[in-house]
Amino acid sequence: MDSATSRKLGCAKGKGGSMHMYNYNFYGGNGIVGAQVPLGAGIAFANQYKNNGSVAMALYGDGAANQGQLFESFNMAKLWNLPCIFVCENNRYGMGTAVHRASASVDYYTRGDYVPGIRVDGMDILAVREAVKFSKKYVLENGPINLEFVTYRYHGHSMSDPGTSYRTRDEVKEVRQSLDPITTFRDKLLQVDMVSKDDIKAIDAQAKQHVEEETAKALASTEPDFKQLANDIYITDKPLSFRSCNAFEKLPHEANI
Amino acid sequence: MGFAGLAVGAAMAGLKPICEFMTFNFSMQAIDQVINSAAKSHYMSAGSVKVPIVFRGPNGAAAGVAAQHSQCFAAWYGHCPGLKVVSPYSSEDCRGLLKAAIRDPNPVVVLENELMYGLSFPVSDEALSEDFIVEIGKAKIEREGKHITLVSHSRTVGFCLEAAEQLAAEGVSCEVINLRSIRPIDSDCIEKSIMKTNHLVTVEGGWPMFGVGAEICAQIMEGQAFDYLDAPAVRVTGADVPMPYAKVLEDGALPQVKDIVLSVRKTLHIHNDATQRV
Repeated sequence: MDSATSRKLGCAKGKGGSMHMYNYNFYGGNGIVGAQVPLGAGIAFANQYKNNGSVAMALYGDGAANQGQLFESFNMAKLWNLPCIFVCENNRYGMGTAVHRASASVDYYTRGDYVPGIRVDGMDILAVREAVKFSKKYVLENGPINLEFVTYRYHGHSMSDPGTSYRTRDEVKEVRQSLDPITTFRDKLLQVDMVSKDDIKAIDAQAKQHVEEETAKALASTEPDFKQLANDIYITDKPLSFRSCNAFEKLPHEANI
Repeated sequence: MGFAGLAVGAAMAGLKPICEFMTFNFSMQAIDQVINSAAKSHYMSAGSVKVPIVFRGPNGAAAGVAAQHSQCFAAWYGHCPGLKVVSPYSSEDCRGLLKAAIRDPNPVVVLENELMYGLSFPVSDEALSEDFIVEIGKAKIEREGKHITLVSHSRTVGFCLEAAEQLAAEGVSCEVINLRSIRPIDSDCIEKSIMKTNHLVTVEGGWPMFGVGAEICAQIMEGQAFDYLDAPAVRVTGADVPMPYAKVLEDGALPQVKDIVLSVRKTLHIHNDATQRV
């Protein structure tokens, strides 16, 4: 929350933004479509090199699926048997372009060619869990796999996209009503009597409260200090300074090691 | 990379493609095709391969789009022989420069600005006519002045005009030059202006090192206008940092009217709180 609202307590201290959040073992989102896939292969490479039993997951969308650097990544991952799970989140639209208008093949799980793939119902929570569980074991023994999660995006792709100029509101409504992962999972649980309607009510209320609390906290939190502007550009053992917008003021960069 | 290369190939084979990058940040991936395939081919083939292509799209910072989506490529493309690079400010610039770019048989990069797409400008009937073009390589004097020359391109031209208004109230007369073209750059226009005003401030949104302002200052040093400068030329630029996300930081990373006003006052030795002039 803090990162999206650019507060200083956010995981990137207000510098990264909604596209660039980082955390332990989470190397961030990437604003340049597809660029994260070779990065993911690189993390898998490092894990293999360090022989630490870890796998890497590189997620991309149906729009990014046509990027050349993905195919370079598939090649190297397969050549060197990298423990990398490539995941295509196919939400049917690359921003506003429907998949059949962008891709000669919409079978994204096959696009890895010699990298085996599985198409998964991305709206089914249990299917997703099982696919990832399987893949984690699989790639450590066999090299890369290419999962395709078939899913949907309710809102527009970004602030620049209203989300309704390339599809009907009815389509969005239909998916929300019949395929929503949370409501369908809830209905499954109710059906087999694993939970009661009251349990669901309580969980919903708890979740809503959690989000509201975090939002309030984030909004009440302060924006980063101006002196953070030029920090963390480099790793440095002595302070540096950089040019500001004019020739007369400098921006300080603190030492950070 | 793929579609940029495809467009260059189509141009080589006789079409006149316009290749649009959603923003020029994404052109960084495709830049090999722009430089090595488009810009250099006419030279490498001694004239037998022509690449009449236009690359266009928004350049530079928008609002709150953070580091990977806010870079200015004026210096990157302006650096390369074989390319022409234009950077429109007003509606007239956009229309005239784009048409000139399309009609130009050379590869041309058109650096637009997302924040300006929604702005209106008064346009003359001439500017709306079918064959209206703005000559590539010629700057426009947006506002005449006599004490100092402000040279800029794209959105920051507007900031210069604002600064000029503000300073006019203090009796400082700024001449504002809208470059319109980054490559070739209209050094004649800049030199003539400096020979009149004796002072120079360059203004751009891009990073300072090796930038448009740096190039202008170097050219002035090497040319005839140097002897007419009464003070060192200074630059107003984006700060030398990756673009931060938080608004309070982003505001500090992008040049503001106050940076221009400060630079003018320092160059002219005017105190901040008085209209005293040396």
